[in-house]
Parts: sequence; C-alpha cells; structure tokens
Amino acid sequence: MEITVKILRFDPEKDKKPHYQSFVMDAEPTDRILDVLEKIKGYQDGSLAFRRSCAHGICGSDAMRINGHNRLACKLLVKDLHTTKITIEPLLGLRTIKDLIVEMEPFLEHYMSVKPYLINDEPPPIKERLQSPEQHQRFDDTTKCILCAACTTSCPSFWSNDNYVGPAAIVNAHRFIFDSRDQAAGERLRILSERFGVYRCHTIFNCTEACPRDIQITKAIGEVKKAIATGSLD
Amino acid sequence: MIKTHQYDVLVIGAGGAGLMAALHASKTATTAVISKLYPSRSHTGTAQGGVGAALGNLEEDHPEWHAYDTVKGSDYLGDQDAIEFMCQEAVKAVYELEHMGLPFSRTPDGRIAQRPFGGHTNTNTGKPIRRSCYAADRTGHMILQTLYQQCIKNNVTFFNEFQVLDLLIVNGVASGVIAMQLSNSEMHIFHANAVIFAMGGHGKIWKITSNAYSMTGDGEAIALRRGIPLQDMEFFQFHPTGIYKLGILITEGVRGEGGVLINGKGERFMERYAPRVKDLASRDVVSRAIYLELRQGNGIDGKDYIYLDVRPETVNKFALEDSRTRPDGSPYRVTGEELLAKLPDIIDFCRTYLGIDPLDQPMPIQPTAHYAMGGIPTTIRGEVVLNEKNNTLPGFYAAGETACVSVHGANRLGTNSLLDLLVFGKQAGINAAEYACSVNFQSLPADAADFAREQLDKLRQCEQGTEHVYDIAQEMKEVMMEYVGVFRTAEDMTTALNRIQELKERFQNIRLEDCGSVFNTNLLNAWEIGNLLDLAEVTTVCALARTESRGAHSREDYPKRDDRRWLKHTLSWQKEGEITLRYKPVVITKFQPKERTY
Repeated sequence: MEITVKILRFDPEKDKKPHYQSFVMDAEPTDRILDVLEKIKGYQDGSLAFRRSCAHGICGSDAMRINGHNRLACKLLVKDLHTTKITIEPLLGLRTIKDLIVEMEPFLEHYMSVKPYLINDEPPPIKERLQSPEQHQRFDDTTKCILCAACTTSCPSFWSNDNYVGPAAIVNAHRFIFDSRDQAAGERLRILSERFGVYRCHTIFNCTEACPRDIQITKAIGEVKKAIATGSLD
Repeated sequence: MIKTHQYDVLVIGAGGAGLMAALHASKTATTAVISKLYPSRSHTGTAQGGVGAALGNLEEDHPEWHAYDTVKGSDYLGDQDAIEFMCQEAVKAVYELEHMGLPFSRTPDGRIAQRPFGGHTNTNTGKPIRRSCYAADRTGHMILQTLYQQCIKNNVTFFNEFQVLDLLIVNGVASGVIAMQLSNSEMHIFHANAVIFAMGGHGKIWKITSNAYSMTGDGEAIALRRGIPLQDMEFFQFHPTGIYKLGILITEGVRGEGGVLINGKGERFMERYAPRVKDLASRDVVSRAIYLELRQGNGIDGKDYIYLDVRPETVNKFALEDSRTRPDGSPYRVTGEELLAKLPDIIDFCRTYLGIDPLDQPMPIQPTAHYAMGGIPTTIRGEVVLNEKNNTLPGFYAAGETACVSVHGANRLGTNSLLDLLVFGKQAGINAAEYACSVNFQSLPADAADFAREQLDKLRQCEQGTEHVYDIAQEMKEVMMEYVGVFRTAEDMTTALNRIQELKERFQNIRLEDCGSVFNTNLLNAWEIGNLLDLAEVTTVCALARTESRGAHSREDYPKRDDRRWLKHTLSWQKEGEITLRYKPVVITKFQPKERTY
C-alpha cells in the first residue's frame, strides 16, 4: 500500500525552526512504523535521525508522537493506524536535539530523584530474601517500566511545568515503595509529597494510554497518593 | 582542542556485563562507563527466560550437574575449568542479584522460582531439570534494570551516547579509548590504566536475527583492527524459535512451560530427534531439526516455518503423554491464566506483531540468529588473550557476548549467557580495578586519535561516493543467511566469502547523505556496517577451515564431529586485509568427550 509519512524535521545546523517533510512510499500493512522510518532513512533521506535498538518494544529507544499519540515506533504497525497518512513528531516536553531525537537527561534526572534502587541496610541472608508471590504481585506491574518516556511526555501537567517528576518517576518509586524487601518507602513518599511530586497528577490518564508496557500508571500513582495520605502501605 | 578524560578503569558498553564490571571496579578504582546507548537500552534487556543456577529450589540440583550440561551443550569445545568456575559462581551470582533487589518470580514458599530450559538436565536421570531462575519472561530486563539501579545508587560515572571507535595500546599496554560523542561528533580521548570491552555481539550480520540494531560487533571489530585475535568465530547460535520473518525471540521458557514444536503434518517431531528431552534439547539440535523438517516439506502449508504451540490443551495433552509432574508429584496441568502470568511479554509480542493470541493459536516460528559463542579470547579473570600460548595484553579485559572465555564452546545453553555476563563481568571488573591501581598511566602519543578519525573521514564521503550503504548491509545479511547459516558446505561458504569480499570493496566507495555533526546516525551506521562486514568475513573464513560438524557449526560435507583433528579453539587475526588462523587446545578437566545425544 502507498502511504504518506509527514515527519517533523529539525537540524540545528541548518534549520532555524522545525518543519514538516513528507515522504511517499510503499509499505506493508504489517510493517512497524520503525520499519517505515528505516526505509525512509535507507532509501530516501539518510540524514533522518531517530533512536532505535531492539525493535520489539523492550529497549525503549523509539518513543515518539505518531498521529498525535505517544507510541514506540517498533510496537505500532501501519495497519493499526487505520489510515495511509502518518504524522511523526518528536516527544513533547523535552528539547529536540535533531529530528525525532529529544534530550533525555531531564527525564532521567526526575527518575533518579526518587531513589530508584533497593534500599535495605540489613545484612542479607546467605540465600534469597523470602518474598511471597502475593508480596511480589504487589509491585510486579511497575517493574515492567522501560524508561521510554512515553508516559511523562504525554502528561499535560508535565508540559505545563517540567519540574514535575512525572509519571515514569512515580512508577519507579512505586516499584520500590511496595517491595517488601525495601526499607526506604517513607523517604520516597516524602519526596513525592513535595511541590513537584504526585499532587501534580490530575488523573488525566494520558500516561496509562501511552504506556507501551500496559502498566496501570494512573492506578500506581493513586496508590502512592493514598500511601502518602494514610501513611500506610496496605 | 580534543577533550581528554582520565580514569583508572574504563568500561565500554552498559549491558549486563558492563554494568556488573562497573559496579565491582568502581568499589576500588575511579571508573567510567562509555556506551553508545543509554544503559537501559542495552540488549541484555531483551533476554527472557532466565539465568541458570543450581539453587535446587524445586528439586535436587548441583553445580556439577550444571557444569556437565554446559560441557555437553558446548559439544566439548568449552573450556572445562572456566565452565566449572562459572557454574559454582552461579549460585552466588543469583543471590547477589536478589540482594540487589531483582524481582524474581517466586515459589509458593517465597523462594526464587525456577523453570526447565533446553539442555539442562538431572545428570542421573537425563530428564529436564528446573534450573532457570526467572522473572516472568523479562529476566534480562530485570537484570539490566537492577544493575543500572545499583550503578545509580553507587554514583557510577556514565558517558551515554558516546561511540567508542578505537582502543589505544601504548608500549604493549592498553591505555585508553577514543570515542565520539554522538550529539555533536566531538572526539574524546579517554586515558586509562585498564579497559574492559563489554560491547555485545554481532548478530546483525544475518538477515533473520533476534538481535537489536545496535549489535554490530563494535568491540570485536576494534580489537581485530588492533591486532588482537578473535576466538571460535565460526560458532554462532541460531535460536530455534524466532517469530516468522521478524526473528523476534520467543523464549525457550515457552517450551519449559510445556509448549511443543509441531510440523505441517501435526507431528511433535522433536520426539524423533531427541527422544529423552524432546522439545527441550539443546538449541543447535532443535534448530537443525527444524531445518530438516522444512527441507522434507514438513513446514506449515509447505512454507518455511513451523508452529510453536503453547495452547493449554496442547500443553496438557503432551504433559500427560510425558508423565510430567509438578514438584509436589501431582500431574502437570496448566491454565491460560497461569501461562499469561508466566509469559506475558511473549503473548504480547504475538498479539502485537502477528495479531494472534498464543493461548488460542499456535505461533509461526523459524530459527533466528541469536548469540555469538565466539569473541575476544579471555582468561577466567577476564584478561584478553593474545595468542595460543595464552599470553595476555596488560590492561585489556573483555566480558559478556563480546568475549570468549570459553564457557559456551560450540553451542551455548539457554540461561548461560546471563550467567556468563554476571560471573565474568564481575571478574573483569574486580581484576581490572586491581591491576589499574597497581600501575602508572602510560603517556599517550600526540596522534592518539588519528586512527579513529581516519576511519570516519574515509566514510564521510558526501560528494564522491556512489555505493549505497544500506544496499551493502542488506546483501551481506542475505548472503550470510543463505550460505553461512544453520547448515554449511564448502561450496556455499566459498560463494559467501567471494560475495562478502566484493561487498567490502564496494563499501570503500559508499556515499553518505548526512555530513552534519549533530547525531549523524548515517555516519554511525556506516561505521557499524564496516564492523559487520569484517566479522562476516572472519566468520566465514573460520567456518570454511573447520572441516567437521560440532555444536552450532554443521557442515553437510563433514557431518561428523572429529575430535582427533578439531577438538581445539580457532584463533583468527586480520592483518593487512588477510585473515590468518591458528589453533589452541581445549581445557578438559573432568568430562571426557563422548557422543552427544538428548
């Protein structure tokens, strides 16, 4: 099938501001959007810049705005768009470096601010720390996060103030707050109860819709809010 | 002015091996990690089914059994001292990960869950054993995340999106690397006392591959250009179950949970090829069986794929036939809900890319290029070996898929790659740091960055070149798939070698379309394709020379293993465009080579 792909281009060495460029090409309905971008880069314009690596939705490199929605280019097929007109733009809310490549550092700084690592100062046992399947289930969903930034950059609260830690950081805080082996829930809840923490979330659900890993993000944020409000992890 | 940095230890690559090395090196030495990707993008994250360790959480198991399976799986080409060391360390390594916070799936009593995997058996009965420690079907993702989290906790320094282009060797000692910052194309000199290469494999030389775009053998190609040999490059694993046409990995864990391979006649054909363990035979054995079935016209509807069937009714039917039981002795039966909980990502891949639900329909699969058993030769301590006498290059270390210790020999067992990167990443990190703190910095020559710069300048031909770099890459992948795949002959491989050499000629005359300096991925990709071409050539030369069949290297013109002539490792050097081969003996301790059946 013939498709028209309109891409928001920006090369800081040539352009004063971003502009759209259209490419007309043949595609299979089962092509991933990433395949489409590769074909454009390979055969129409080698200067097109985008990140990609695993090409099957695990590495989180290729989050971008596709027909107005944040998606991984490798996890969306042409046929799933139900149109032959495809518009591709970089993620919103992070500075564009070139074409579809945005600056990731501010996103990662928010992630790091919630102490995204296990904190437990007790000496570990010789074997594993025991954790029941039920205890594991409590935070299983949020361990799936691949740090693609699709959620945070779909959030209107983040667009309006990028000091907000954003859904991805809260998801990763949730992953440790509700891990029975971790001892720093109080500290993380304190960080998230501050001005740019969870209360910037207005349950708009964009993040949950954007997540390519189907993490129930709004639910996780709700659980963190509840833990702050009640002082309890139950 | 070129930017210069100085650290005791440099770790190149931020996958599992690199992060493990960095965590351990940074305890005693100033350490920086340089990676072309953000750490969480690394290919370790795509590993699915588990990491092997004889914890014995669900049934009796011993590191010695694990070692025996690994030696047998390697078709006796693995070095047994390294294998015994790895399998002993495995238990500690898995507990270390758990203590770091890795969210393993759990047994009902709260211990780390374990599942069966190909080639892992009970030595006494020969039956499959539950040895693979897993976190659903995203074990690699959880390992990568956990190690990255620990690096953040320990303030490890990262240079993300820096492409390392060259290794500096001064007075016969590894002294740093040259890297290009991708965001602005600036060159940086990283001066160090020890360098650890943990840069992954080169699976992108084949058309159907489970490998990420970034798996372009950069570490191996850089080493080769600096006169360092590569070991056992003819051995590359084709994983039996890649999604048809796409090559995306479907974990062996699917068969561990009871899934079976079915041909176009509806037969569970692995019964004929591996009567004892059937679908859970070693990967080389299963991939060959699939090719033989396809060749006999037993593909689905006569096409070049077969089915992997994990529908609960299929699993339960064959579990009954096999008299498979749960750990408590009750008959093994599964529900769709249980499978969804254990294999959520696999089910998601099939729904996304194939539009099918594996709980209702079988998955169309074909073997997919997956893992380099070969690589930069190292000792058990992670030191890079320069020749058949095992002399080392001071200050240079390698670990993970880039390296060849060799624990995988001619064929790697599933779950052993994650184990390899944990155990030998740690060894490389500890030993590099100890060495780096005991020596003084070499002074670098003024022209240190010249070789790297020359390589890029040659590629940056936006005016005069005529060849299209993507065409060259595409042709290489097709040639390697067709002629240097699962089954090989001298005739096919000679054809491949000629074609690869032609492509290398054409590559000299490529034309780029981007000559800018901000994220010039056109230039980066061209440099990567140059690496792949070098590795495709080395692979083919090594494979042509080995006139026997062993593990993943199956010669139709030499169908038998030949221990008298070929129980030895290949070392390959590239000098002025010529590849030379020499050989070194395999280390054998407890396990004498014998015929390999499953």
